[in-house]
Amino acid sequence: MSTSETAGYMEMDLLRFTTAGSVDDGKSTLIGRLLYDSKSIFEDQLEAMEESSRKRGDEHVNLALLTDGLRAEREQGITIDVAYRYFATPRRKFIIADTPGHIQYTRNMVTGASTASLAIILIDARKGVVEQTCRHAFIANLLRIQHAVVAVNKMDLLDYDEDTYDAIVTAFQDFASRLDNLVAITFIPISALRGDNVVDKSTQMPWYAGPSLLQHLETVYVGSEENHVDARLPVQWVIRPQSDTHHDFRGYAGRIAGGVFKPGDDVLVLPSGFATRVTAIETFDSDLEEAFSPLSVTMTLDDDIDVSRGDMIVKPNNPPSVDQDIEAMICWFSERPLRARAKYVLRHTTKEVRAVVREMRYKVDINTLHKVEGEPEFRLNEIGRIALRTSSPLFYDRYNRNRTTGSFVLIDEQTNETVAAGMIV
Amino acid sequence: MLSYKLNHVRQLESESIFVLRETAAQFDRPALLFSGGKDSIVMAHLARKAFHPARIPFMLLHVDTGHNFPETIEFRDRFIAAIGARLIVAHVQDSIDAGRVVEETGPNASRNKLQTVTLLDALEKHQFDAALGGGRRDEEKARAKERFFSHRNDFGEWDPKAQRPELWNLFNGRHHHGEHFRIFPLSNWTEMDVWQYIKREAIDLPSLYFSHERVVVDRHGSLLAVSDVVRPQAGETSENRTVRFRTIGDMTCTGGVDSVATSLDDIIAEVAAARETERGTRSDDKRSESAMEDRKKEGYF
Repeated sequence: MSTSETAGYMEMDLLRFTTAGSVDDGKSTLIGRLLYDSKSIFEDQLEAMEESSRKRGDEHVNLALLTDGLRAEREQGITIDVAYRYFATPRRKFIIADTPGHIQYTRNMVTGASTASLAIILIDARKGVVEQTCRHAFIANLLRIQHAVVAVNKMDLLDYDEDTYDAIVTAFQDFASRLDNLVAITFIPISALRGDNVVDKSTQMPWYAGPSLLQHLETVYVGSEENHVDARLPVQWVIRPQSDTHHDFRGYAGRIAGGVFKPGDDVLVLPSGFATRVTAIETFDSDLEEAFSPLSVTMTLDDDIDVSRGDMIVKPNNPPSVDQDIEAMICWFSERPLRARAKYVLRHTTKEVRAVVREMRYKVDINTLHKVEGEPEFRLNEIGRIALRTSSPLFYDRYNRNRTTGSFVLIDEQTNETVAAGMIV
Repeated sequence: MLSYKLNHVRQLESESIFVLRETAAQFDRPALLFSGGKDSIVMAHLARKAFHPARIPFMLLHVDTGHNFPETIEFRDRFIAAIGARLIVAHVQDSIDAGRVVEETGPNASRNKLQTVTLLDALEKHQFDAALGGGRRDEEKARAKERFFSHRNDFGEWDPKAQRPELWNLFNGRHHHGEHFRIFPLSNWTEMDVWQYIKREAIDLPSLYFSHERVVVDRHGSLLAVSDVVRPQAGETSENRTVRFRTIGDMTCTGGVDSVATSLDDIIAEVAAARETERGTRSDDKRSESAMEDRKKEGYF
């Protein structure tokens, strides 16, 4: 890349995606190939990998060593934790949340999926759609990922057979028809090991007319993610310079969680319900004519009213729900099970309240999608629906309408551990 | 509606500002670790943006090994004065004098590892409950596993196997007395992002980053600057070369690279063509396969 070519660098957009696969279905090889072929692996990293592979007695350079950053991971040959990887092509910048396929599977997949707009679901062509595949798809859907790529891997081991591929596509579609949020599913037959349809189109599968995986990632349209309808600014911090030049300045700093704000807009401050107007939307560089999610801004208001962290500035024509009773889908992350009547700290946007579990509605069997009612507790990595009551009202939208104002985490007050991820329904 | 889209650099900037503001809101006494290197300079720049027109609500903390490039110290003092921030300097020499650490000996002696003790002592002495660092996940494989909000126990240690899951933009900084957090607002930035941003924002940097003539010695492939603390050993010869530094740290472990890059555009072109990571010039990372992980577990940056 010459200097002149980097001129477009600032204008590239960003695609965050998550990868999930079962043990040995070639996920590390696939990521390794994407990074290697896009020249994102450096020589010193490659040398370090070669050296480790030699020490371990591996036959080939083990690309998994690139993602397994912790000593325990390399020793055990497994991935323990989500790892984030970065690469760019001249068209787009990518952040991969690489989630392990086995240990703590649900917890890591949910974490990786929470910030992703696309999921790559890897299937071993010899095994077809298995339980893990269904779990991956279910979690992607639950976290409202709208775009999925189903990469049918190891096609080389099946002589690039079209009929096998078609059968897998049909089986997956059959399952995914019950998942409402996954609106765009793209199927690609690949061989990560040989590089077929990963970066370049393969000549081995003339029957496949679609793009390679990288071509698809570079061009897929994911622009509709942010909510630009419901104006929401959760107040994060109040800026009061207390200097001579800015003596009376009071700015409300935060990251816009939805909609568009402009100077002069009528707004409402929750929970007080005060109505006022936006004076200015400021940043360090200049005042803005309009601001939208996910920009971090500082807003000043016409009236001198009491606004603090945890409050929310919204527009009066479509305010969020304001309620102490919340229905949510949750994923449980703790070894200590969740039971009814238990109390936790609930963190939602910039607000922290206490919450009590009023009722356990049902647990989801994520292999069959069946709802199982009457379960007394949720254990580690289980997913289900609960009813909560909070110590003061939340200002929220349904998760399916807004990922920021519809999500929360539960925190154990004794240990301070994050024990659950929640999505408001 | 289609125009409401942020390019990736503005998304990164917005995310970092969010993290900096969360730090101010969730902690009683946060400190910003400032080394005079480009990442900490960008982090301090973002902190100015986050709290404008007020001043940065953090103290800046510099852990000084005593083996810094003079250019770094000169830049640091100028920078602090310009932004009106308050700086605390913790000296590794003081830790040595107090017998808290023992200086390494031998040809490859470095104070890099000793910094951890000085850092943890400084955090405890000033009762800092959060320390903002400029670390990025793309730098190194152990750092790829870091959270934005990374918990440290009473001993300042990192337990990578028991990290809190971090979902959406919900950061859990709750901690017991005596524990602290390391916070990494630049987690999602790459080396290229940092350089492009420095150019866009016209951020001033220490002269070390730009090509210059310097007397160096080639030690295990690292071009170390010859100085009071790095002298040629038997079998080594010093030579005058045109070099620059891709990272700035302790003189004993930070190597330069041959380069004629005198402008930001030159550097960006060089970074784009680079076949080695920027930490490839850091002998502290090369001590073992898990050198970074081991140091981080003890409480390193």
